[in-house]
Amino acid sequence: MDRAIEHTKYLIAGSSHAALEAINAIRMHDPEGSLTVVTRDSHLPYSPTVLPYVVSGKSAPARIFLRDEDFFARNKVSYRPESALKVLHADENTAELADGSSIVYEKLLLATGASPAIPPIPGIDTVSFHVLRTLDDALKLRGAIGASKQAVVLGAGLVGMHAAENLVKAGASVTIVEMSDQLTSGYFDKVAADMIEQAFRDAGAKIMTGSRVVRLEPTAAGAKLTLENGTTLEADLLLVATGVKPEMAYLNGSGVEHQQGIVVDDRMQTTVANVWAAGDCAQARGFFTGTPMMNAILPDATIQGRVAGMAMAGDPGIQDYAGGVPLNTYHFFGRHAISVGSSKVPEGGEVVTRFDEQTGRYLKAIFGADGCLSGIFGVNEFFDGGVMAQLILRRIDLTALRERFVANPLAVGREIMSQTWR
Amino acid sequence: MGRAYSTIAFDPAKCDGCGDCMKACAQAKTGTDDVARSRIQIYGREKDFELALCRQCADPKCVTVCPAGALNKDGTTGVIGWDASKCVDCLLCTVGCSYAGIALDETAGHVSKCDTCDGNPACVPACPHGALKYITTANIYNEVGDWEDLFAPGLAGCQGCNTELLMRHTLRRVGPDTVLATPPGCVPGMGSVGFNGTTGTKIPVFHPLLTNTAAMLAGIKRQYKRVGREVQALAIAGDGGASDVGFQSLSGAAERGEQMLFMVVDNEGYMNTGMQRSSCTPYGAWTSTTPVGETSRGKTQDAKNLPLIMVNHRCAYVATASTAYMEDLYEKLDKAILASKTGFAYLHVYSPCTTGWRFPSNLNMEVARKAVETNFVMLWEYTPQDGLHFTKSVDNPLPVTEYLKAMGRFRHLAPEQVEHIQKKVVENQKFVERMTEHAHVG
Ligand SMILES: Cc1cc2nc3c(=O)[nH]c(=O)nc-3n(C[C@H](O)[C@H](O)[C@H](O)COP(=O)(O)OP(=O)(O)OC[C@H]3O[C@@H](n4cnc5c(N)ncnc54)[C@H](O)[C@@H]3O)c2cc1C
Ligand code: SF4
Ligand code: SF4
Repeated sequence: MDRAIEHTKYLIAGSSHAALEAINAIRMHDPEGSLTVVTRDSHLPYSPTVLPYVVSGKSAPARIFLRDEDFFARNKVSYRPESALKVLHADENTAELADGSSIVYEKLLLATGASPAIPPIPGIDTVSFHVLRTLDDALKLRGAIGASKQAVVLGAGLVGMHAAENLVKAGASVTIVEMSDQLTSGYFDKVAADMIEQAFRDAGAKIMTGSRVVRLEPTAAGAKLTLENGTTLEADLLLVATGVKPEMAYLNGSGVEHQQGIVVDDRMQTTVANVWAAGDCAQARGFFTGTPMMNAILPDATIQGRVAGMAMAGDPGIQDYAGGVPLNTYHFFGRHAISVGSSKVPEGGEVVTRFDEQTGRYLKAIFGADGCLSGIFGVNEFFDGGVMAQLILRRIDLTALRERFVANPLAVGREIMSQTWR
Repeated sequence: MGRAYSTIAFDPAKCDGCGDCMKACAQAKTGTDDVARSRIQIYGREKDFELALCRQCADPKCVTVCPAGALNKDGTTGVIGWDASKCVDCLLCTVGCSYAGIALDETAGHVSKCDTCDGNPACVPACPHGALKYITTANIYNEVGDWEDLFAPGLAGCQGCNTELLMRHTLRRVGPDTVLATPPGCVPGMGSVGFNGTTGTKIPVFHPLLTNTAAMLAGIKRQYKRVGREVQALAIAGDGGASDVGFQSLSGAAERGEQMLFMVVDNEGYMNTGMQRSSCTPYGAWTSTTPVGETSRGKTQDAKNLPLIMVNHRCAYVATASTAYMEDLYEKLDKAILASKTGFAYLHVYSPCTTGWRFPSNLNMEVARKAVETNFVMLWEYTPQDGLHFTKSVDNPLPVTEYLKAMGRFRHLAPEQVEHIQKKVVENQKFVERMTEHAHVG
């Protein structure tokens, strides 16, 4: 072996939620084994989820970091920013980094997350646009937001909606362009989406759903967008938020199986020895489908990171990953929407909804044929997402409690979980 | 060493849903009477009340999912703190917690959670039924953890042995300037007197006969006094060694007011020699000498109440204790040590025996607690100045069957035997109660 090549017992690529949980899990079981974190980012660890608040100014950039230098020192972790994994030579247990160096690992975790997916719109490479995934993206967007009069947000997922709200609050005129017929599809149903849409319209945003952009051209102020129906829009600030794609280009030729993401088993192990993957880059089992799926949300990244870390360290306390359950909380204009579980009604299942015009409270609960909860969605109706997720994961039969549950999911859910505690 | 933390405990059996804790919390934390804003929430109907309250987890999920670094577990207090200036109101923490320990305060528009009122919970004293308790036993662990363990590691006690626990705590507390006497029994049996010329304790230890423990220790203490050296004289003896053949020397030393602490580890029998009965073995219990067969059904006599007998020696200090009530035990240890500087101090510790009583080795504390909760044993202390008083209320005991069914040595009991035991429990309680009344009269 080349003596110049560094050697580490645990190598983690990425420094966000999945990576940080894996560090915790490894150190819980193996306090000494050499541990190296290589990351593409130039900063200390932070969460992509906090970035909309960096853009809005609510979060001071210096205060968003999830760990400090001292954490790495205390935990005997060598933290190496600006050293992205470039090529994985899995057959040699070697990671080739962007800075030209290589590291030989015993166990490797791929926790490289995701990056914005840029849609193949003709002309997109001729205009300048923003995305929001890294702190640098956020600082750039924050700098531009004040000067913007006419902003266009492409994509009405949660990232786009968050940014749009910030732009509205900063005083820009904002147009949200979304290909599908509703906002936040995949997170919330039509009723909830309409409520969200109304809040945005009330705040002065323009929303164009069912609209496909077919061409982009540079202009003096920024960009011109042409929609399928011929309409054109001018933008002095263009934000592309049309979804994410896992960060895994380094896998080519490595033999690690990847489809939509890096395919892993219930212990987050990839198809190759000594290599695990967790978080937004991983394609792990879905709780409802049982088949591998992408569940690019923060809570799942932490759970997967923990399982992977325990597996890598050989912690006998490990439990198999229970499968990904979609979980989303969304705060907009002082209101909130929460979605837990699957929006698909299972065979023989039942949907219960209620809506109170006066308070604007909306609730939808979906139960399976077995009486268990499979999904619950609310707008302005607070319930504990964590409690609901447990009711789903533990497959607790709610048949006898259904009426009370739908009337007050908060109280009944808490009651049940308190019982399970004892 | 890692730290232990204080915690709020909830006893659903005592809760009647009055909501006073919620009112207290809403007042303390929001200055309003809006119980919806309380950080402690009681749920349920009529009976069977349930609780939503932050458990201040050791490995908190809310902290790991917070994208803003707004939540943090304080390494000193154990409390998970919320930093309003960092929070971005994303509600992800409410997705992390399985028990609704952090939730949205809709009026404030932010999440809120229990902070234990900085160690002085407003909700706990507000509960009129004692359903909430602020358990501070962790302080003992934190304090004791810093003292030297004077009992060697790797001893030969049974798995889950209560006596080992008691040894370690007691020796830590009395400290290195101690001479220890351990007559035959589990304490030397598990290795305190050592093997091959090395002792199992890091203090001088000797192995008197069952019959002369108190006498020998008294002599040693006097000799040290004579040469002008202050040492703690400590005996740790089994109930057999104290109440049966060793009683004469014990009684004599107590009567003479010898300056020592005599601790009895009462596991209700001669456990290390094969589980024979002692005069402290309770009625009905199986032992190898009070077997269960076609005619015999365990011990046919009631246990001798040794600590009460010691009260009648008018010792400087007499108390009963249990490892299930550690704070109480420590207070009594402190008082007993102090009293032994000038007179005879006697501490009687009820000590379940996993092997001889036949219960799973992980249930020691549970059995010890049930003994107290049913009044099968009572916790009290006595000094000649203040008389006798309970240190743990004997009101509203559980039925004694709750205790009996926790172990194998009572499994064979016939209904009339259970009835006998229950009657004795009530009788003993009344008896000790009368002594406390006496104390009040002076
Ligand atoms: C604006 C925004 C808002 C969001 N809001 C929510 C929300 O409300 N709720 C929710 O559940 N989720 C939300 N998410 C998603 C959530 O942030 C992610 O699911 C989560 O961050 C995934 O964590 P991860 O560790 O898998 O990957 P990431 O957080 O994506 O981190 C990937 C890490 O890998 C590093 N990296 C990338 N490539 C390489 C490489 N080649 N070599 C080495 N290191 C590399 C990166 O620098 C980074 O440190 C949001 C995301 C965004 C962008
Ligand atoms: S609501 Fe506040 S404390 Fe809770 S996860 Fe979000 S930022 Fe953290
Ligand atoms: S300890 Fe204080 S903050 Fe916590 S529930 Fe009780 S009163 Fe509320």
